[in-house]
Amino acid sequence: MASDHIVGIDLGTTNSLVAYMQGPAPAIIPGEDGLNLVPSVVALDEKNQIVVGNPARKYLIETPERAVYSVKRLMGRGLEDIQDELKFFPFRLADDLGSGEVLRIKIGDRTYTPPEISAQVLRQLKRNAERFFAGPVTKAVITVPAYFNDAQRQATKDAGRIAGLDVLRLVNEPTAASLAYGLDKKKNGIVAVYDLGGGTFDISILRLHDGIFEVIATNGDTHLGGDDIDNLLITIALDDIQGDLGLEVRRNGEAVARIRKAVIETKLALSTDPAAKLDVELPGGKWYRREITREMFESLIQPIIDRTVGPCKQALKDAKLKPEQIDEVVLVGGSARIPKVRQLVQDLFGRVPHTDLNPDEVVALGAAVQAEILGGGSTVTKEMLLLDVTPLSLGIEVGGGVTDKIILRNSTIPASATQYYTTQVDGQANVAIHVLQGERELARDCRSLARFDLKGVPPMPAGMPRIEVKFLIDANGILQVSAREQRSGQAAQIEVQPSYGLTDEQVENMLLESFDYAEEDFRQRQLIEARREADTILAALAKGKKNEAWHRLASDERRKIEMLEKALVAVQKEDDYQAIRNGIDALNQGTMRLAEFMMDSAVSTALKGKTMDETDLEEGPAAGHPVAKAQFE
Amino acid sequence: MRATHFCSACGKVQPPVPVDYFTFFGFPRKLNLDTAVLEKEFYALSRHLHPDLFARADTQERAWSLEQSSRLNDAYRTLKDPIKRTEYLLRLEGVELEEQSKQATERARATGELKKQAVPPDLLEEVFELNMHLEELRMQKKLGEDDPALLEEIGKAKLALEAKDDALFEELRSAWNQWDQTVDNGSEEARPPIRKHMVDVLNRRNYIRNLLRDVNEAIEN
Repeated sequence: MASDHIVGIDLGTTNSLVAYMQGPAPAIIPGEDGLNLVPSVVALDEKNQIVVGNPARKYLIETPERAVYSVKRLMGRGLEDIQDELKFFPFRLADDLGSGEVLRIKIGDRTYTPPEISAQVLRQLKRNAERFFAGPVTKAVITVPAYFNDAQRQATKDAGRIAGLDVLRLVNEPTAASLAYGLDKKKNGIVAVYDLGGGTFDISILRLHDGIFEVIATNGDTHLGGDDIDNLLITIALDDIQGDLGLEVRRNGEAVARIRKAVIETKLALSTDPAAKLDVELPGGKWYRREITREMFESLIQPIIDRTVGPCKQALKDAKLKPEQIDEVVLVGGSARIPKVRQLVQDLFGRVPHTDLNPDEVVALGAAVQAEILGGGSTVTKEMLLLDVTPLSLGIEVGGGVTDKIILRNSTIPASATQYYTTQVDGQANVAIHVLQGERELARDCRSLARFDLKGVPPMPAGMPRIEVKFLIDANGILQVSAREQRSGQAAQIEVQPSYGLTDEQVENMLLESFDYAEEDFRQRQLIEARREADTILAALAKGKKNEAWHRLASDERRKIEMLEKALVAVQKEDDYQAIRNGIDALNQGTMRLAEFMMDSAVSTALKGKTMDETDLEEGPAAGHPVAKAQFE
Repeated sequence: MRATHFCSACGKVQPPVPVDYFTFFGFPRKLNLDTAVLEKEFYALSRHLHPDLFARADTQERAWSLEQSSRLNDAYRTLKDPIKRTEYLLRLEGVELEEQSKQATERARATGELKKQAVPPDLLEEVFELNMHLEELRMQKKLGEDDPALLEEIGKAKLALEAKDDALFEELRSAWNQWDQTVDNGSEEARPPIRKHMVDVLNRRNYIRNLLRDVNEAIEN
């Protein structure tokens, strides 16, 4: 049932992974290169083809203006939200970008929205899974940071759709991690999951109860992670370079990319070594060298990792729990490898955190568990059920610019609230509703999710209509709204204007475009494969011409074969797939008798007791001729 | 477990019936509630209604599951919390609670209006004094001064308020018992005064809570 695979995907800031349930345990699906991690990097290569993951990484340094990373930081956000990011990340925005518009990022001379870029990463993971299963993969569970708001979740779902995936569920990353941990330990108790990744931080507190994973409270910061540590080290290096070497390389994309690569290596080394060297070659042949001790590193990053303390305390407070009531603490995310982070968590909760599962992989593994639960479950997951919460309160703007909270944070989802609206003026046909997300009291301090326009309110005196609006947060943490005028029984029409999201139509168009691209990709691949097949048959023919069988052919037959050979060599260099294909078929046809003669001579050679050169037989002009065609990877 | 939420023959989730939260769980409209039983029922129903179990079902059943499980979660959240439970029951009984909530306070703050809140008579003097102290504290903080004596005064007032808050909760609990008795013996006529009493206790409690919030804000900021 190859078509039935539902995969679990961790779409990370730095790395992404795809996993599935391999019998009783989840497993990561490696890429063609054998590696589990697909770096969330998208670039354009020399031929203007999109490359993703490890092959894209070299472009970060070679042609930084043609590559992007950490695009997750931009998901579901507007121009106003990302001013801080622009200071530290080499994102190049489209020149004609207006305020309130969905962001568009330049890669080379093309522009893409963040969901489209993420879709490229997802498509790579989809390809890896399809290669692994040797069949199509169309359904997935994708993880998101628990503290992602509605717009960020919607953007992730859009990315999935653009990649041609039916996103069955968005699962919160720390919750997914707890599923992976809870699989073999059928325990009851309170678990805290501390998840510090490349770009986001989450803390979730769960209650495990006979297979039910109930999130009690969650908190976090969607812009806090390993990226911030890298940026700090880059800033220090740039200052050093200016101070010590008198070089200003801030505007040199390649130099900054080299420094970034070097500081990341240093950071990783410092998780195991007491000191590490930073060694960067700068443009002009100068070198920047310095040693960083772990002690220096730890005091540098202290302010960054201290930012995780507030959310942890708030989550404990919301859960009405004291640190000593937490039974187990689980560490997730690459940044959780930093010894100082482990120390901080240990001090905060008063116990040694678990790190038995690879912190880079545990989220994807958990997503695979959830995928199986959604797929109907197995004996392993049968009793498992996830009850998650909404991380942020949902509110409506009321008079005076105040937020009226209608669904409080940490409410178990799905959750709903019903509000009643009326009109202010006689005959008023529209009612505008502003939906907000956040904890602040004033609307302007909360995140604007969407503006809804209730249209077609039947004409009545002011205050007479009674419009029932139902707000429902679904199991993905995404808002759905429906409305009904109660006196007339008319369903009010709702026009959603997502504040920073894509409309359904835009997503649909992107999906269609991606099909166009997919078709183009497909033609490219066909062409490359045909050329390789032509190479093989031409090489085999060259060998065949040296065989005695060649001379057993009539001379005009030999001439005919040589004509076909020339014709194939000529079209092989062209971009016409069909012409190459025809050339191959014609040559195959024309060399049929040659193949037979060669076979005969091989057999008679064998009968004469001579050693048979197997390669001669294998690589005859039409190896496996005529049924099987050459196979190409 | 309630059989109305799914078909007893085939186990399929059914379209939601508009019932109140007590009925949803099959409980009488009583205020004393065994939260352990409630929790057990919640978990059991979750295992039947949650959308994760219907990922492969048709659109209609998925929609019903979404609606039913959101209702289950809303009901559980409301009944689990003693204050929310009481407020919900009063609303079911047709009582519109006085606008003394946090919302009303915030709305008034944002528009710069004075809070329309009647001070409970027995608190008049204390509240007047406390507000004076809080104003003084805010002034001092602005000037960067520190007056341990003032903080001690406010701390004492805070403790007194917290004690009152606890006492009010106890008062509410005894009202629950009275209410539940009227449910048991079906005496409709005994209910209005109990309802009125509960509304009064909730209003006073809200008032105390708002004051406590102001005190905490003034101390922390």
